[in-house]
Amino acid sequence: MDLSYSRKHRELQSEVRAFVREKGHLSPKFGGGRKRPNRQELDWQGLLLERGYIARSVPRKYGGFGAEPDILETAIVADELSKAGVSPGLLNQGVLIVAPTMLELGTEAQRERWVAPTLRGETIWCIGNSEPEAGSDMANARTRAVVEGDTFVINGQKIWTSSAHYADMMLLLCRTEPDAPKHKGLSYLLVPMDADGIEVRPLVTMTERAEFNETFLSDVRVPTDQIVMGRGDGWKVAIASLKHERVMLGDPNKQLQRFHAIRKLMQGVTIDDRPAIEMPEFRDRLVRLQAEVMAAKFHHMRLLTLHDRGEDAGVAGLVQKLYGTVLNHKLSALAVDVLGEGGLAYDPHEISEDDPATTWQIDYMYDIGLIIGGGTSQIQKNIISERGLGMPREPKVQLSEKRA
Amino acid sequence: MEFGLDENQKLIEQSLRGFLSRTVTLDKIRQVVADRGGFDGALWDGVLALGLPGLMVPEEFGGAGLGVFEAALVAEALGHAAAPIPFVATNVVAPLAISLMGTAEQQGAFLPAVAAGEARVALAAGALSGATGTTDLHLVGGRLSGRASGVIDSGGASHVLVLLADGRAVIVAVDDEGVELLPWPSLDRTRPLGTLVLSDAPGELLDANPDVMGAALGLVDTARLMLAADTLGAAQRMIEKSVEYASQRVQFERVIASFQAVKHMCAEMAASLEPCRSLIWYAAHVQDTGSADERRTMACLAKAHLSEVGRDVARTATEVHGGMGFTDLMGLHFWFKRIGYDRQVLGGPERCRQEAVEVQDWLAA
Repeated sequence: MDLSYSRKHRELQSEVRAFVREKGHLSPKFGGGRKRPNRQELDWQGLLLERGYIARSVPRKYGGFGAEPDILETAIVADELSKAGVSPGLLNQGVLIVAPTMLELGTEAQRERWVAPTLRGETIWCIGNSEPEAGSDMANARTRAVVEGDTFVINGQKIWTSSAHYADMMLLLCRTEPDAPKHKGLSYLLVPMDADGIEVRPLVTMTERAEFNETFLSDVRVPTDQIVMGRGDGWKVAIASLKHERVMLGDPNKQLQRFHAIRKLMQGVTIDDRPAIEMPEFRDRLVRLQAEVMAAKFHHMRLLTLHDRGEDAGVAGLVQKLYGTVLNHKLSALAVDVLGEGGLAYDPHEISEDDPATTWQIDYMYDIGLIIGGGTSQIQKNIISERGLGMPREPKVQLSEKRA
Repeated sequence: MEFGLDENQKLIEQSLRGFLSRTVTLDKIRQVVADRGGFDGALWDGVLALGLPGLMVPEEFGGAGLGVFEAALVAEALGHAAAPIPFVATNVVAPLAISLMGTAEQQGAFLPAVAAGEARVALAAGALSGATGTTDLHLVGGRLSGRASGVIDSGGASHVLVLLADGRAVIVAVDDEGVELLPWPSLDRTRPLGTLVLSDAPGELLDANPDVMGAALGLVDTARLMLAADTLGAAQRMIEKSVEYASQRVQFERVIASFQAVKHMCAEMAASLEPCRSLIWYAAHVQDTGSADERRTMACLAKAHLSEVGRDVARTATEVHGGMGFTDLMGLHFWFKRIGYDRQVLGGPERCRQEAVEVQDWLAA
């Protein structure tokens, strides 16, 4: 264990603190996502990129800061930003899933073309993975892409495509090799959302908002070089991108930020003229969650160290999505409870800055969506028990047996 | 920056775990628990050969001079083995107390004996840790009278370190006149607790530290962290045993490990316990490097959280074993009870969370 701050780290810490003092007032209220970033969010993103507070180790030619990977630096930045309650930048699928996947598996031309505008928040991505008949069983995707000359012609339907209604591009999972076995017939294509034949229908969720969409593709044409890796390599890309998605959904910085926000909320909200934080029952719940949040934060640092050392994380590397999304829900549940009756105020169409109730209620419900999405908790438990603990797969049941 | 074990720490862990897996078999645990009042001379000689009693003793007094971090790795390994071996009081708190609170003379008198495994010092810390039992102690004219229950590492103890409510510490020798260390039958047979009865007993007063209360509370922090680390190891073992048992037990012509109902119980245990390891590592690291407030906060959070996760794992693992888990035949209950002990001694999770709130000063909004 060596968590010591070298001079470099102490300097970074005071640099971030000075940045927050000087520029903190420019921060947008939320981390972004769920809508196209506005001017303020884009400017803030630009500031963070320029300072290397996001994409710190992404090479400069792809729009990053070009620093040597250093997990303590990343941790210091996240810590200081969350303590100050300012936005850590855009937390959308482009920044968190598409850019790292592209850096890992894309061609040089694709990285140069897509990574920088994605990081800047100018190019917004959606991801077309799930289909009505391919949810947890994602490799069952039926959307087809057939080569005609130098284009793919795509037909099919996607569901749960968050941000499709304002995205510029879609990372699309589809079947290009119908004769190959299930997992070997898939490819990922890069599809512009303004292409002819794409129809996006909003899917209203329990929050009353259309956070997701159904996306229909009819004879959509994209050039054959708009593919990540080769034809039939889709499952490899899926595994890489799902890994980034699990990390995104289990992101401990989000939990840390929420924890600080709830502590402040509990100091501000009064019950019988006393701050909620003075009520032992609420306080006890808060401290319980603090320990869980701390555990998530240090677990993340442990994983980064293992990654740096090239050591296998084993089961430790598989639990973040399950742990993080459930923890997020416990956090928002505490906030909703602290707000009590006043927490029932709900106007998700006009969220104002002095309306914590709506914001927390949206999180409280949306968190369930995140527990289900990105591989449900049950799928995560299968992954943990099978890949992490070495337990056998459930035997297959033939469909005909069910009917008999 | 490295958030993980270094080569030396990995080596300590490996050699200890090797020793424990060879010597602390289920038969051995049963034997020590049944015949020896929870203390076994052969096991003690074994840990002595590994240098555990000297782990925290400074090198000048014949020890290894290692930190709380290394001690936490040892505690985890002992919990994993459900080892009936004194550790938290004898090998961690006692040498720390003498180093931090004793005069040079007292250090010279006690520390070499601790490192050599000759002085085995139990701990009565109830006055400072929120004990529910009796702690009624009076120091008059350098002599100690009264009672303290919940004495940790009583099995085979030669001395008891007694923490007083004002932070001062006194070491009494078990075979001195006026000192009685009575066995107190308690849940975890691998680490018997005792009741200390003192009447005008002679003692060695440790009060050389100007911040005697700070030092004493620091001892409680470290002890709590050790208990949390013990739970980490014990719970880890219960998960391993669950997976192993489920992979052998056949019902409905399948190993039960192939049922999602069982797999998901195991996955839930692993998902809640894995992040605990990092929490323990950080909390242990802070004991060696952090401020008093950080040390207290992290020790309290770690003990409270491991108590809760430990309880869930202990119950779930027992359920995965089905009826066999409930019997004495598999000995799974030794780990179940170990986790119960770790939860309840030196302040339960509610008490620890309350202390975490106080030290973080949240109420002064």
